[in-house]
Amino acid sequence: MTKVEITVDGTSTEHEVEPRLLLVHYLRDVLGRTGTNVGCDTSNCGACTIHMDGQSVKSCTVLAVQADGSTVDTVEGLADPVEGEAGWHPLQRAFHEEHGLQCGYCTPGMIMASKGLIEDNPNPSEKEIRDGLEGNLCRCTGYQNIVKAVQSAAAEMRGDTKVEVEV
Amino acid sequence: MTAIDTPSTKNVGITRLRKEDAHLITGQTNWTDNLQLTGMLHVALVRSPMAHAKVTSVDVSAALDQPGVVAAFTGADLADNWAAGLPCAWPVTPDMVSPTHLPIATDEVRYVGDAVAVVVAQSKYQAADAVEFVEVEYEPLPAVVNMEAAIADGSPLADTTLETNKSFTWQKIDGEIDDAFDGAAHITTRRFVNQRLIPTAIEPRSVVCSPPREHAEYTMWSTTQVPHILRLMLALTCGVPEQELRVIAPDVGGGFGSKLNVYAEEALLLVLARKLRKPVKWTETRSEGYQATCHGRDQVQDLSIAFNEDHTIRGLKVELLADMGAYLQLVTPGVPILGAFMFNSIYKMDALSFTCHGIFTNKTPTDAYRGAGRPEATYGIERLIDEAANELGVEPFELREKNWIKHEEFPYTTIAGIEYDSGNYEAATARAKELFDYDGLRAEQVERRASGDPVQLGIGISTFTEMCGLAPSRVLGSLSYGAGGWEHASVRMLPSGKAEVVTGTSPHGQGHVTSWSQIASDALGVPYEDIEVRHGDTAIAHKGMDTYGSRSLVVGGYAVQVACDKVIAKARKVAAHLLEAAEDDLEFDGGTFSVKGSPDVSTTIQDISLAVFAAHDYPEDMEPSLDSDATVDPENFSYPHGTHLCATEVDTETGEVTIRKYVAVDDIGKVINPQIVEGQIHGGLAQGIAQALWEEAVYDEQGNLKTGSLLDYYVPSAADMPHFDLDRTETPATTNPLGVKGVGEAGTIASTPAVINAVVDALRPMGVNDVLMPASPSNVWNAIQAASAGNTDGGAA
Repeated sequence: MTKVEITVDGTSTEHEVEPRLLLVHYLRDVLGRTGTNVGCDTSNCGACTIHMDGQSVKSCTVLAVQADGSTVDTVEGLADPVEGEAGWHPLQRAFHEEHGLQCGYCTPGMIMASKGLIEDNPNPSEKEIRDGLEGNLCRCTGYQNIVKAVQSAAAEMRGDTKVEVEV
Repeated sequence: MTAIDTPSTKNVGITRLRKEDAHLITGQTNWTDNLQLTGMLHVALVRSPMAHAKVTSVDVSAALDQPGVVAAFTGADLADNWAAGLPCAWPVTPDMVSPTHLPIATDEVRYVGDAVAVVVAQSKYQAADAVEFVEVEYEPLPAVVNMEAAIADGSPLADTTLETNKSFTWQKIDGEIDDAFDGAAHITTRRFVNQRLIPTAIEPRSVVCSPPREHAEYTMWSTTQVPHILRLMLALTCGVPEQELRVIAPDVGGGFGSKLNVYAEEALLLVLARKLRKPVKWTETRSEGYQATCHGRDQVQDLSIAFNEDHTIRGLKVELLADMGAYLQLVTPGVPILGAFMFNSIYKMDALSFTCHGIFTNKTPTDAYRGAGRPEATYGIERLIDEAANELGVEPFELREKNWIKHEEFPYTTIAGIEYDSGNYEAATARAKELFDYDGLRAEQVERRASGDPVQLGIGISTFTEMCGLAPSRVLGSLSYGAGGWEHASVRMLPSGKAEVVTGTSPHGQGHVTSWSQIASDALGVPYEDIEVRHGDTAIAHKGMDTYGSRSLVVGGYAVQVACDKVIAKARKVAAHLLEAAEDDLEFDGGTFSVKGSPDVSTTIQDISLAVFAAHDYPEDMEPSLDSDATVDPENFSYPHGTHLCATEVDTETGEVTIRKYVAVDDIGKVINPQIVEGQIHGGLAQGIAQALWEEAVYDEQGNLKTGSLLDYYVPSAADMPHFDLDRTETPATTNPLGVKGVGEAGTIASTPAVINAVVDALRPMGVNDVLMPASPSNVWNAIQAASAGNTDGGAA
């Protein structure tokens, strides 16, 4: 067992873990932070996407011990549940308004990947969004409304006046 | 439906943002795998690495010695725990052959992934480790992987306890089929292959089962589309009294038919909870699910269509080989026979002959996958019409128009014997052609063919219909299905004037909470925000037939409407009593009853709810309650239709296909929530296009699944998907009060033939008449090469 110290959504956590423990299992099973999902075992689906030290990563592909000393941000830290809708991140609001989710299982990963995308490229084109989200699979939406949501959120995050997005 | 009043419409037909979203976008979710119960143990299965073998020994003793392991069982250890094998609810013929399907195999394994033992440990890592210490000895048997070989003389058996690899032959002949073909001016004959797919809901399957605690009941949480069906079937399979089993489908992350089943792991966890008296949990890994969760499609279709001189259709012959896989799951044999009603599609004809052979192979069982039998049929007929048009030398739209049911001919009883209540194929087609710029693209195609452009433009058409709203119970009975097709809803009026709507449908992404709130809000006159929809827990929604087959709105929404109407009928009695007016003198609008001509003399549904709760003063001939139930059994299916057009760019040098434009004009009748409807079509299109271009479950000759993970089974990403242009036409359904037809499967059913017709159309000048799905660069390139060598069928024959 190895001791890890990881700051998760602003809270410092410290546990003895097996060296083989995946970061996503640390989040879900050790911390009980089940907002981040697991959808595959080959790093293809992206359901488990989080940010580690500001970089978007798939938490099924990182060992908890590799995250020792890191800051991890998940979908659960994007908004304060106490504040309700008013406290939502622009991406959460945009996914809701543009119907960018159906079953919602891919959504935490999709939102975190989109956040990384917009941080790297504040004004992405439709193609840049589609290419940028290539590592995140959704089986429900056909992606069109996800693209729309990301464009809408990016506009809001840039401070643009809210415009009707047509993709 | 009793016409009471027409309440003002405030919600139905407009986009309401989904009530479901808040917890899903903030990570406050309730997935089955999230559950951690006190003392919970973790389950892992030992699965066969061989497609077909005798199991000569299973030894779990070394596994029992591993850290954290609490128990381990072989199939033989558990054999006495099953009251019956896993159920198939659709014995399509009286003589259907159906092998006994135990959750854990005992002495023969029949596909890669068939379970042979189970390990229970304190953590999931420990359980996974211990699986490696279970020693299993197999004696390999020949694997049956090809349907035609399976029914050839001398084939080895996929199941040595059976005498045949054929489960059934199901036949339906309408009209004089021989006459139709004997006198034909032209006959087009083709073989099409509808490849095997893996549904791949993004949430893997997971099951938790807890033994009796405060109540004498087991509680099962499962990633299921069908909690009600599951409860009954598990009671029968495991011998647990039905009233002692509660099934909960919490947040469920997509299903697409793959969670419309009664799976080995669900039965197993109930038995383990009973044996160990501890909560137990199992969650599949994606690769495990690719072996152990049902696949879809997998048909070989031999089709012939006969025409008159004037190009009207005389008759259609359909002969299918349908791959069942190794066992019959819940509705496996019923899926392909739905084609008997759908191969004729929107076309008029004098005769239809449909024969389906269900074949066993040593592969993962197939079962419902989005569309279930209807995509396969639609693919067959829409491809065949294009091929016939080419042979007859007419434009594919011209041949369709000549043969489709005209809008003034509805209601129309088809050759298959079902009545299409409404539709307008002309209107949907006209709108699709306009949106697509059909004439412009055809002109460009002519130019590019003439210039010898190495990248050719293809235009694909799909004018589809489908049967939704499963289903009239008497029809299901006539098809030997083991249950009815009704749906249940109840409405509870709370003292504060708010309402709880309980539905027997079990959503997993479709937005029922939102749409049912919209229906109930308008029907009751209770604000949208004041309505809570409850579902997916057999202790709360005690009765239901669940969610599949684009049935939820058409049957379940209908039930909500009827239950609300009953509430209002009771409220009207109370209102009349309180207002001292005759019931017939009352108007109801927006939640308010008022006396005709005296609008100030009024009371609201909220006031009535409170009055009934207090029960100090209510009519003598009723109980003090507005609560109402409705169980509706649809009188007919519903028949959405539409015209989809696809333009593909096909690189004739590399075989690469790119979708340039996709237009979908759907007629799904009345719409409750346009945004949700659009989302359903988008997602459906993506899955149908994925079948056309990317996805295929591939087995090798030994029965190994070569596409065993998301690395090898290509589920498309945003980068692969085109933009979709959508529009709708609207002919309301006449067989339910909402006028709705269903939308869950339309996109999937329509899009696969639209794409392949476009690919073939691009290559037609090169002599290509078919391309095997998926139309990958290699399949397209092979079709081009074969055509240049004189074979035009893309390799299907």
